Amino acid sequence: MKLLTHIVQNEWKTLIRGKWVIGYGLIFLLLTDTLLRFGGGGPEVLLSLSNVMLLFIPLVGMIYGILYIYQSREFVELLLTQPINRKTLYWGLYCGISTPLMAAFILGASLPLGWHGILMIDPSASIMVLALGGVLTLIFVALGFVLGLAFYDDRIKGFGFTIVIWLFMAILYDGLILMAIFMFGDYPLERFVIGATMLNPIDLARIMVMLEFDISALMGYTGAVFRRFFGTAAGLFTASGMLAVWLAVPTWIGLRVFKKKDF
Amino acid sequence: MIQIEQLVKSFGNNKVLKGMDLEIPSGQATGIVGPNGSGKTTLIKSILGLVRPDSGTIRVNDVKLNGTWLYRQNIGYMPQVARYPENMKVFELFDFIKGLRDQEPVFERELIEQFQLGPELEKSLRVLSGGNRQKVGATLAMMFDPAILFFDEPTAGLDPRSSFKFKERVKEEKRRGKTVVITSHIMSELEQLVDYVIFILDGKIRYYGSMENLLEENKEQRLEGAIARMMEKSES
Repeated sequence: MKLLTHIVQNEWKTLIRGKWVIGYGLIFLLLTDTLLRFGGGGPEVLLSLSNVMLLFIPLVGMIYGILYIYQSREFVELLLTQPINRKTLYWGLYCGISTPLMAAFILGASLPLGWHGILMIDPSASIMVLALGGVLTLIFVALGFVLGLAFYDDRIKGFGFTIVIWLFMAILYDGLILMAIFMFGDYPLERFVIGATMLNPIDLARIMVMLEFDISALMGYTGAVFRRFFGTAAGLFTASGMLAVWLAVPTWIGLRVFKKKDF
Repeated sequence: MIQIEQLVKSFGNNKVLKGMDLEIPSGQATGIVGPNGSGKTTLIKSILGLVRPDSGTIRVNDVKLNGTWLYRQNIGYMPQVARYPENMKVFELFDFIKGLRDQEPVFERELIEQFQLGPELEKSLRVLSGGNRQKVGATLAMMFDPAILFFDEPTAGLDPRSSFKFKERVKEEKRRGKTVVITSHIMSELEQLVDYVIFILDGKIRYYGSMENLLEENKEQRLEGAIARMMEKSES
């Protein structure tokens, strides 16, 4: 445990000195503030913020995770020759780099929400958007780690897969489901749609936001089916449970790969 | 003491180590030579636990390696390529490794003085020259006074003066009874530093014995000639 905090602290120190995590936080601060000033406040602003968040956090998180693996190759190898076990090192590195990124988003977005009073007016929705952004950061940094470890010697492939996964999950997914529904409209597709939604963390987060704001018009097909199937409360519950699974599985796969890998 | 039995490792279709048997007793200074891609680095990485062998066993001081890690308390390793986090400072790196190893450094000051790293301590690792980074690596390897030392191409980026100091230091470690393992392409350097030679070719050990014996067998005065002769012999 002492060792773990030692590694995490060291990562924090070097990251904060690298400054671009701070820049990332500032971007969200500026964005949220601008949205609040021009959007008039209220739920619309939180919705716009969550749209930006759903698009960018996955991309930034994955790129960040994979870049870390590629950039600190020799350093990680040096650390592995020290008398520590791989599991501790893995958790130390993962927590050390994912938590500052998460903190940057949460702090950057919550400060303007605080001084414009939204945090007081609509606390549950604000906290939900912030928390979802945090969880998505953790999930996609872990995915970046997995991709970096899996394509350790082939950076082009690693980055290629990162972009493809992001495009697929953030942009194409809903369209593909819609197309499937259009093509197979004669069959009962409810279960298929529910299942498909579970397989995409970004979709899950999006549906949670929509359920919280109760905006059916923006819900999209998957969201509407989700609500009809589960209802709002159970829907939120199921979606957050699935997000927890999404957090656990990539981090666990990353650990497995890290433990068995030849460096 | 390092004991290796029937060590086999391949990366994909590429068989790098093809069944190696090796025993390096404590206190021996050994040089590993062989052409590029012969498996030198993979051998060292296997002993360090960076690479998991496909089959065969490795024992370090009678501890069998199988995802174990405590045995590395007795090992110092200086890598071929030294790259560290860019905006970390030299003294911070030392502090970090101290905390990781949970050991008190024995020779920290002495080594910093020997390698003239004093003025570099406050600099961040990004602005350090390649040679100075190598020296940082050497300091990290030796400062905890481990019983086994690995150097992978240690003097490749060092200026003559630093290289001389480094060799003096290694000789000192030898005198103090350390097990020293060095890989290098510079034969004259190995002649100065080691007493035993392991010649690896194509994933197998072709020669393992004392330096004198090797020279005698091949009727050569210098290690370079002897190794060249052995390579020619194995080709024909």
